Amino acid sequence: MNKKVFKLLGATALTLAFAANAMAQTRGGTLTAIIQPEPVILTSALNTAAPTGFFSANVFDGLVEYDNDFKLRPALAESWDVSKDSKTLTFHLRRGVKWHDGKPFTSADVKWTLENVWKKIHPRNQIIYGTVTGVDTPDDYTVIIRFSEPSLAVLSSLNSNGAQVLPKHLYEGTDILNNPYNNKPVGTGPFVFKEWSRGNYITLERNPDYWDKSKVGSKGVSKPYLDKIIFKVVPDAGARAAALEKGEAQYAPFSPVPLKDAERLAKLPGLKLETRGYDWISPWLFLDVNVDRPYFKDARVRQALAYAIDLNAFNKVVWYGFGKPAISPVVSTLKQFHTDDVPKYGYDPKKAEALLDEAGLKRGADGVRLRINLDYLPYGDDYKRSGEYIKQALKRVGIDVNVRAQDTPTYTKRVYGDRDYDLSVVWFAGFADPLVGVTRAYWSDSVGKNIPWSNGSGYRNAEADKLIEQAQSSASQAERVALFKKLQQRVQADLPSIPLLELHFFTVQAANLKDTVAGVDQIYSSLKNAWFDSAPKVANATQATASVTPQAAK
Amino acid sequence: MKLRNIVVRRLLQLVSVALGVTIINFFLLQLAPGDAAQVLAGEAGAATPEYMAALRAQFGLDQPLLVQFWKYILNLAHFNLGYSFRHGMPVAQLIGERVPATLLLMGASILFAVMAGATLGAIAAYRAGRIADVVISTLALVFFATPLFWIGLMLVVVFSVWLDWLPVGGMFTIEAGYTGWKYILDVARHLVLPAVTLGLFYMAVYTRLMRATMVEVRRQDFVRTAVAKGARPPRVLFAHVLRNALLPLVTMLGVQVSSIIGGAVLVETVFSWPGLGRLAFEALFQRDFNLLLGILLCSSIVVIVVNWVVDFVYTRLDPRIRFA
Repeated sequence: MNKKVFKLLGATALTLAFAANAMAQTRGGTLTAIIQPEPVILTSALNTAAPTGFFSANVFDGLVEYDNDFKLRPALAESWDVSKDSKTLTFHLRRGVKWHDGKPFTSADVKWTLENVWKKIHPRNQIIYGTVTGVDTPDDYTVIIRFSEPSLAVLSSLNSNGAQVLPKHLYEGTDILNNPYNNKPVGTGPFVFKEWSRGNYITLERNPDYWDKSKVGSKGVSKPYLDKIIFKVVPDAGARAAALEKGEAQYAPFSPVPLKDAERLAKLPGLKLETRGYDWISPWLFLDVNVDRPYFKDARVRQALAYAIDLNAFNKVVWYGFGKPAISPVVSTLKQFHTDDVPKYGYDPKKAEALLDEAGLKRGADGVRLRINLDYLPYGDDYKRSGEYIKQALKRVGIDVNVRAQDTPTYTKRVYGDRDYDLSVVWFAGFADPLVGVTRAYWSDSVGKNIPWSNGSGYRNAEADKLIEQAQSSASQAERVALFKKLQQRVQADLPSIPLLELHFFTVQAANLKDTVAGVDQIYSSLKNAWFDSAPKVANATQATASVTPQAAK
Repeated sequence: MKLRNIVVRRLLQLVSVALGVTIINFFLLQLAPGDAAQVLAGEAGAATPEYMAALRAQFGLDQPLLVQFWKYILNLAHFNLGYSFRHGMPVAQLIGERVPATLLLMGASILFAVMAGATLGAIAAYRAGRIADVVISTLALVFFATPLFWIGLMLVVVFSVWLDWLPVGGMFTIEAGYTGWKYILDVARHLVLPAVTLGLFYMAVYTRLMRATMVEVRRQDFVRTAVAKGARPPRVLFAHVLRNALLPLVTMLGVQVSSIIGGAVLVETVFSWPGLGRLAFEALFQRDFNLLLGILLCSSIVVIVVNWVVDFVYTRLDPRIRFA
């Protein structure tokens, strides 16, 4: 048999196997996932850091889930209505849901969490729930939220990450931030917290009483399918790659290995790369320009910076294609809000030089117009290389850039507190509604208050502020869309920060781990749909020879 | 000197050194820009002034520096290392959880370094100038000069990924849920690579030290006398040469034990070993100063105690030295 036929047969067999397996969810197995960095706390209602969100969605349900089109799907809330004036939101909660300690889940839990956590502590939600004037619970399964002004953005943030309900009976009357249950969470979700060995691992076990009893598959098993999830802390990127390659871990989210290793791992037969499940985060990488610097006050200089950077090459060289050149801070996957009708700055170094000349920044005798510093987000090599690429690009138009390194607290204090910087490379999560994640980069109210991930450029524009405020309290989604489009045009003309890439994060996972992506917010949702096509490889001496290692398969 | 005087003097020394270390560390750490609340807010990916204020109040960072310092010292006086707000746990408990893993790694790597280093050094000394000596000395030089983390990663690539003999990292196979002997064996398998990585540098140091001292001691008159009076070669080696060559090794051992937390940071990171070095390293980046101060204090006490032990061992090895 020649090779080609063999390959074809293989492909057919694979397709057939896939078709047969599509309905053959099987129960059982232990999933070992890599969590990095180690979470600080295990409840994302109190800390929205990525590892906490990734972990705690398995213990806590949201009021709703999102599907692959940003549409709402019932979870703890079976249905919901928005009043005509958009000022009242009613949730009808699912009956018979129990906390992991056996107490019933009721509307009192939602009311308490909203009033004490979402409104007061949740780092992101205050812009959404700040205008709540009252919460009514006419019965155990109805929650009515009244707003003084419409707050339509709330619908974009009702999953386990945006609206994590905490058990009132364990939290009421305690010091919430110091409550011991923050680190041994009791939720309603598909997996039950078992143990956290610090610096080592966290284990979850299947919740046998999970509310989602819908039988799926030919074998009629119910969710969740996995018996156990172990979240391993693996601090070194090289060790993460080795653990995945060897099959000691089968699931690792948030681009766990350096981009240059990703391609190699993706080619191994036992592994695959998954880029879906991150759209809800809407991440975009950008170059913040400190507009308080005298030489950056002129918009023409900022535009020249944009013209000088070839984003296609930047994407290929620095980010190995794990991105898409951005034209707006609202990423293109947010189809509803994104507009491409904005001023664009395609790669054009001649135009950049002309603009710089016009702005009075002429080349000196040594060919240098300007000497500045660039600080990059200290989250790894990719950001450092981004800074170095920009240094090279700007050198060509006569701007001499010195790339500076520091640790995270030093970086955030420099940019958001002291404002002692020229350019900074950073990414923000835009989230499903620009009000939650995008507008913070442009709203003048947060300049220089030492709040990490706020308005770092120092942009203060009355029109932009007004658009943001209107979008916050508008009762009509169509009007909000129009306002956000106007905002994109405004900030892309002024360019206080230069969008570079829409980032594509990836998950490395075992090829036989199925149905890991159920919606745009998968990375902050539970793995209740995931199942192993065959028993996972247990990595130890006695079984290593029996199971197929990626090397053997190769 | 009376025993009581010795004990009192040593304890006073311990307390004053520990206090000095604490004061210096406390104020030195304040020089690092940013605080724990900023780190937490940074990691959260979003923040509001209210959230920051709540965190600062929770951590006690809204108090004046001197008040914070006074509270810390008061806690210490009650043998309380304070509370790590970031981890939501008392510092003593956090350290206690990590100490066994670090002690195991430390013990194994020191044992490996001393045994292998002394043996190789002795062989090299007896074969000075010959092929065995050249090979051992070259190897020692290579391990002496290669960075730890690189050796660690290479060992992982060779023994875990290629040969598939040993696990990539971690302390035991969590999935398997072993108990009893199986568990001990499992931990031992996980221990091999990190212990060897951490021990290789010091093994090289001991090899070179042992070789140099033994070559020198063998030339001494008392060795010639021992040989001349007809002592058997093993007795000459162990009773006369080795015992006299051990003093520099013990000095170096004291240094290794004291500096091992520094080296453990890298090895614990590369091998996902849940030890104290990584905890300290992360505490620094997280500006979790209560935790970091606690670890630094504990390790300074370890250094002092190890020095006592070294002093004591000297007196056993060389009766001319007195313990005071």
